[in-house]
Formats: sequence, C-alpha cells, structure tokens
Amino acid sequence: MSDITDPLTQEFQAPSPREMLKQRAKGHLGLLTGLGIVGLLALVAIFAPLLAPHDPYAQSLMTRMEPPVFLGGDWDHPLGTDHLGRDYLSRLIYGARVSLMIGAIAALISGVIGTTMGVAAGYFGGKVDAFVTFLINVRLAMPVVLVALAVVAILGGSLTVVICVLGLLLWDRFAVVMRASTLQISRRDYIAAARAVGASTPRILLTEIMPNIFNNLIVVITLEMAHAILLEATLSFLGLGVQPPTPSWGLMVSEGKNMMLFEPWLVLIPGAVLFVLVLAINLMGDGLRDVTAPENRS
Amino acid sequence: MTEDTLLEVRNLTLDIPAGGGTLHAVRGIDFDLKRGETLSIVGESGSGKSLTSLALMGLLGNSIKRSADVMRFDDIDLLTASRKTMRSLRGNRMAMIFQEPMTSLNPAYTIGDQLMEALLLHRRVGRAKARERAVELLEKVGITSAGSRLGQYPHQLSGGLRQRVMIAMALMCEPDLLIADEPTTALDVTIQAQILRLLVELTREMNMAMILITHDLGVVARVADKVAVMYAGELVETGPARPVFARPSHPYTRGLLRCIPQPGKTARGADLGTIPGIVPSLIGDVTGCAFRTRCAHAQPTCRKQIPVRGEVPHQFRCVHADGAISAERETA
Amino acid sequence: MLPFILKRLGLALLVAFTVSFISFSLLFLSGDPAAALAGETASGEDIEAIRTLYGFDRPMMVQYGEWLFSAVRGDFGESYYFKLPVASLITDRLQVTMLLGLCGITFALLTAVPLGVAAAIRPNSMIDRLALFLSVAGQALPSFWFGLILIVLFSIKFQILPPSGAESWRHFVMPTIVLGYYAMPAIMRLTRAGMLDVLNSDYIRTARAKGAGEGRVLFKHALRNAIIPVVSLAAVQMGFMLGGSIVVESVFALHGAGYLAWESIARNDLPTVQALILIFSMFYITFTFLADVLNAWLDPRMRSA
Repeated sequence: MSDITDPLTQEFQAPSPREMLKQRAKGHLGLLTGLGIVGLLALVAIFAPLLAPHDPYAQSLMTRMEPPVFLGGDWDHPLGTDHLGRDYLSRLIYGARVSLMIGAIAALISGVIGTTMGVAAGYFGGKVDAFVTFLINVRLAMPVVLVALAVVAILGGSLTVVICVLGLLLWDRFAVVMRASTLQISRRDYIAAARAVGASTPRILLTEIMPNIFNNLIVVITLEMAHAILLEATLSFLGLGVQPPTPSWGLMVSEGKNMMLFEPWLVLIPGAVLFVLVLAINLMGDGLRDVTAPENRS
Repeated sequence: MTEDTLLEVRNLTLDIPAGGGTLHAVRGIDFDLKRGETLSIVGESGSGKSLTSLALMGLLGNSIKRSADVMRFDDIDLLTASRKTMRSLRGNRMAMIFQEPMTSLNPAYTIGDQLMEALLLHRRVGRAKARERAVELLEKVGITSAGSRLGQYPHQLSGGLRQRVMIAMALMCEPDLLIADEPTTALDVTIQAQILRLLVELTREMNMAMILITHDLGVVARVADKVAVMYAGELVETGPARPVFARPSHPYTRGLLRCIPQPGKTARGADLGTIPGIVPSLIGDVTGCAFRTRCAHAQPTCRKQIPVRGEVPHQFRCVHADGAISAERETA
Repeated sequence: MLPFILKRLGLALLVAFTVSFISFSLLFLSGDPAAALAGETASGEDIEAIRTLYGFDRPMMVQYGEWLFSAVRGDFGESYYFKLPVASLITDRLQVTMLLGLCGITFALLTAVPLGVAAAIRPNSMIDRLALFLSVAGQALPSFWFGLILIVLFSIKFQILPPSGAESWRHFVMPTIVLGYYAMPAIMRLTRAGMLDVLNSDYIRTARAKGAGEGRVLFKHALRNAIIPVVSLAAVQMGFMLGGSIVVESVFALHGAGYLAWESIARNDLPTVQALILIFSMFYITFTFLADVLNAWLDPRMRSA
C-alpha cells in the first residue's frame, strides 16, 4: 500500500483539545453574550466614579422623582431621580459595584469552604465523606433567605456582614459538585499510578485532582456568584441586607416600591439591570460548562 | 422473487450526515431470505450490520437517509410502507432481539407486563390469554417456574435469563422473521451456546426465518443456511454457508476465518491470523473496494468499480478473478 | 426496602436535631440575647431583669435542652412581640403558606414537565429553545421584582387581580406564578435531561421494536423512568419554596408564615424566628424523606432491595 493519496488511507486529523475549546467557545452565542455583558458591567463598576454623572448620595429636595428621559425627563438626570432627589443613573452605576463585589467575594468564600469539603469528601471517602454529606444535608435543610435575614438582623446590616453571611451559606453547591468530580477523578488509574510512585496526598490533590476539577469549579463559581447577587438583592429588598443610603439595586427596588403606583420605572429600572446581570452571569456559567465539558450538558 | 421468498433487499444504502460530510455507512447491499431460512450477516463492529437490521425494522433515527431499489417483506413494500403499517409489522410479523439484554428491558415494569405488551399491541386478546401465552413462551425458552417469573423485574434476572426473556418477547406473536443482533455477545461463553441452540430450535419449530447478526464465525458455521460477509458497509461475499466456509473467496473472508482456531485444522501452538489495520473512515466519497487499505493483494485498480465474481448463489466482489487465492498460495 | 427507610429516617432525625441546635444558637449570635431583647436604651437593671425572666442566665446547653424538649411537644415559648404562644401564632399563618406552596409546586410541575418532555422529544426545535429560554430567564429573575412587575401589570394597569391579601383564589394567582416560576427551571431541565437520556436507551428501542406507538413509547416507557428523579427534585423544590415564601408573601402582603418570619425578624422576636426556621427546616427534611421513600418505591430496583 504505497499509495499515499488513496482517500481511504488518510487518517482523520482531530484538532487539539485547546483548539476545540476555542472553536466551541467562538460558536457559543450564550457564552459570548454573557461574557460581553458581565465584562461591560464590571468595567462600569470599576470606573463608577468616572462614569457616574452625579454623586450617588447627593440629595436634592428640589428635584425629587424626576422622570427618565424616555418618559419626558431631561438629560441632566438620564434615568431620573429617586424620592430623595438622588440621580438614579449614578446610583445604578454604584449599585453595580455593590452587587459585583458582594457576589464575587461571597462566591469566593463559599468556594473555598465548599471546595475543601467536597474534595476532602470525594478523595478520602468513608467517614469524611459521610460527615460532609451530612453537613450538606443540614445546610440544605436550613431556609437560606430566612437564616440570612435573621443573622443580618442580629448582627446589623453592614456590607461585611452581608458578604460573610452569604459566603457562609452558599457553599453547598460547591461541596456537592466538587465531591462528585473528585470522586470521579480519584477512581481513575492515573491517581492510583501517582500513589504507586509514592506521591503524597497533598501533592496528588494539588497536581492531579485540582487541575482536573478546575473547569467545574469555575462553572460553579459563576453560578454561585449569580446566586449571591440575587440573594443580596433579595435581602436588601426586604430591608435586612445592605442598609441605606448605600446604593444597592435590591434596596432601590424596595425604595421605589412605595411609589410604584405612579412611578413604576423606579422599580422597573433597577430590577431590570439586576435581571440582566444575573442572566449574563448564568449564561456565562452555562456556556463555560458547555465549552469545557460538553458531555456534562444537561 | 419466488413464492417462498420472505424478504428481498436490493441496493440498500444508508447515509448518515456527519460533521463536514456524509458517512456512507451501508452501500448498495443485496440479499434475500426464504421462509424458515437463517441468514447470517458477519462483520466487524462498525461494518453496518446493525444499521442494516434497524433499517429493515424501520427503526433508524430520522437523521439517517435510507434508499433502496427493492425492500420487500412478504407482500409489503417496506420502502413505501406507512408508519402505521411498519408499527403493525414490528413485534408482530418481524421481531428483533438485541445485543444488550442487561439494558434492553424496561427497568420500571415486570417482565410479565413487557412480555404481554407485545401480544396485546397486535392481537385482540385479553390479559388472561396474554398471560397464558407469556408463560407458555417462557417455558419454551427454557425458563423454569415461568408463572412466578412474570412478576419479577428485569434487575432480578441474570443476563442469560434476560436474553431468554427478550427471545420469548420477540416470539409472542409468532413472527415470520426474527432479527437477532449479536444476541450472545454480551453473555458468558457457556450461556452463549445455550441461547444459540435455543434460537436454532425455535426457528425450526416455528418455521421462522432468522437474520443472525454476529462477528463470530464460529456461531455462523453452526447455524446459518446462508452467509453474508460485510465489510465497511458492503457485502464482500455472499452464499450458502457450506461453500463459503469451504472455499472462502474474498481476501477479507479468508482473513476472518484465519482469525478463529479450527479444531483439527489449526496446529497446536500455531499463530492465529490477524487482519492488520483498522476499518477506514467512510466519510466522503467512497469508491472501489473498502478493504484495499488492509488487503495484502491491493492494486491500483481496487480504487475503481469492483466486479462481482463467482456464480449464483456464491458470489464475491474483488478485482482478482479468484479473489487472490493463487497469489496468497504463492506468498505462503 | 424497610432497611433503606429506617436508615433514611435515622439520617433525617439526625439532620433535624442538628438544625434545631443551629436555629437555637442563633439567639446567642448577638453575644447577649438579654441586651438585644431589652433594646439599646435599656439600663443594666432592665437587662438583668430580662435575663432572669427568660432564663438567659443559665448554661446554654440547659436552655437548649429545655427549648428542644418543649419544641418537640409543640411548645415554642411566647412571642416577644405578639405576647402570644408562638405555636398558635404559626399554625394560623402556616395554612396560607402551605396552600401557596402547594399551588406553586403544582404550577411548576404542570408547566415544567410537559415543557421538558416536549423539549426532549424535539431537541433544538422551537419548543426546546422556548423551554431553554424560560428556564434561563427563570433562574435569573429576582422573585421580588417579578412579583412587583406582575402587580404593576395586572393590578395597576389592567386591574384584573388584587395586589395583596389572601381572601379569594384571585389573590393567589400572582403569588403562585412567582413562587412556581422559581421552581420551574430546575424541574424543566431535569425532565428534559432525563427524557433525553431515557429516549436513547436500549429499552426504548425494544419498545419500538415491539410495535409500540410513539405515545406509548413516550409516556408509558420513557416518562415513567425519567420522572423518578423529578419526584425528588420537586420535593426539594417544595422545601425551598416554603423557605422562599418569605419573599413572595412580603411582596403580596400575604399573611402567611413567611410574612410572619419577616415581621418577627424585623422586630427582633427571636422565639418566633427560631421556631419558624426550625419548622421550615422540618418541612424540607420531611419532604425530602418522603420523596426518597416514594422514589425507592417507584424504582423497582430499590423497592426490592
């Protein structure tokens, strides 16, 4: 068979994994949209002082509840003003800071807790696993909103308290997913091989397990960040999260609620921005899952 | 088509759209089958055997394109048959058993329910009658205390028992044609022989035609009236079992036969044959002999149209008039 | 199946016990419950008086033991704010919340399961895309905002539904939708994934080879297997929903247990808060336990084990 040009003998050239990842990412509309919106809002949050047309805290009794431009307002306050005459757009822009910061830090805290628990459970199995599974069960049985509200009410609603409470409450999904991924990985032969050559447990965890569950971790971090942002907004809406006058989207909805009958935009605008941000983060997370582990797609 | 021909297939072609092209999974195969006859389709995995059988049953997915000049079952044209007609044939006049007895039964229902369903779907009988028939068939396939088995769930049975249940289920309506797709592959060797013997007995007893799909030539030799050797979507050699085994003409058939030890013929300690290489990709334009990439006697002409050699009923496709038998003897 | 139930019951009790301890400990989170209860303006004497009145001067474990012992008998103490037995306060309000939860889960199942099945039958079709869109949107939609939008639309603009209260079925329409939509995405996704998985299984091919029609294949052979995990999820979601009723009830001023929780938290009424956290947890634990038992019964492999 010296015949090299025979089409039947030509082997199918598979692209490299990295190449395939890129290809899939490029074709994934949801991932791109999510990344775009999240990136944009992150920039807005970072450069809030430059972008905000007014001081988000500056009250003005003369210009209370001015409508946004599309409802006949003027360009000095593009999205109008609230019941204390504060510029709505500026408060929205600073609110992005609060949301993203709380979401990111809470996801990070719960990520550390949940991943440690999950990896330990999956890797060591036995009693450790049973204990972690038990803790997950306990955590799931506690009503999150209620417990968070109660704790914030007792300790006072500072940003730090809200972040810590969310961080300490949202580790369950990390623990569940990381446990399952670690369990799956540690059954594979190369882990046994690493053990056989005498690699220490920390070494196996760091060099063999972690890199392999990293993709899943990133996905859960994004999804939990969205979860934390939603919860913060909910707590603030119920009056037991971020406290006034800090600009939080949930709080803005809550403040606008009383004037909803006449000025529904006060409620619609901050809620819509919140919805778009959470949607974008979720799209990003789902997209990352599709791209990194298409076999896990649900 | 003679009077007792049950199944006739001419130029059956199956195309699967694949990323960037079309996978020509089955390319222009012909065969026919008389009542009571057993045809064995032999080939490696991926050669298109299972697709062929699913095509007959009308069970291909929507994405697979099927075409043929003739595809006739008894007096029914399978090419133009409506979904409803196909449904009334399936499980009734043509039945099928699959390779994986462990996963082919629904875990949520008792085997009694699943057995009776086949009858209740096609016959106007009551549950009591259906139950009777189920017991009768379970006994026929050699399952003891059949009555109490009806209430059991699939997970309570061993693989061998489940395959017996699958066979009983396929026979509930006394089909004219039974398609058995690797029915013994997933089973233990000792069970394999039992199941095979059972199939042969049942086909004789019920005068049922059978298409037995397998990659195991040992199985074929014992049960088949006719053999069709399939390679990469084509039938490379067809004919009555005896002459095909006595005078295998296509280099691929001979390669396959060398892979199995033959009592009395294969010397103790002698190497069994292997066929080098892998099955080629069938995506894109496939012309000529698909086996040329692995054939020791391949020539440039193998890429052109391949003539059909031999005389009816034993035929093969090869550029060599003798299937390169003489060339093979020389090198040996 | 009995050993499984007993084992599962043991776990449920252990979880319940742990949860009870955590909800009790909340009281001590502030450091000094007496000071917290007395308020910022109270004098040292007042605080001491409250401390002895409520028994905060005794060791925490003693207090916990006493609290748990009473709680098991249905006595959660007296509400600081309402000056009524917490138990009777809660039983009154719980009916509304249970009704809301039932309506919510029914709404979620009635929309999610058909949508998930339809999406799985025709992957990548319009209906699949619609289902995906609804589930992605649902997971990002803040319930409180969704509720307010419904009020703006149906109570203010079209004036067809009352914005608050619980007097008639019309009062429950919007809360049901908001609460149900919260649980819908997860159920829909699981139904779709389960159906897709099952439809590709060998036994579905067997059913088709028997000559079963599409409807029979889908609903008798496929759905029966795909629905098993959905049952568990629905129970879990029901548990979450009762916990989440606090948001919906406060938006629609529905005076249920969730609303009571919100009021009690705002008023520092700790016995009521503790009791509510415990009760909502017990609901979750009970639902998941029942779901696991039902699951085991639905799955013959576990039933006979």
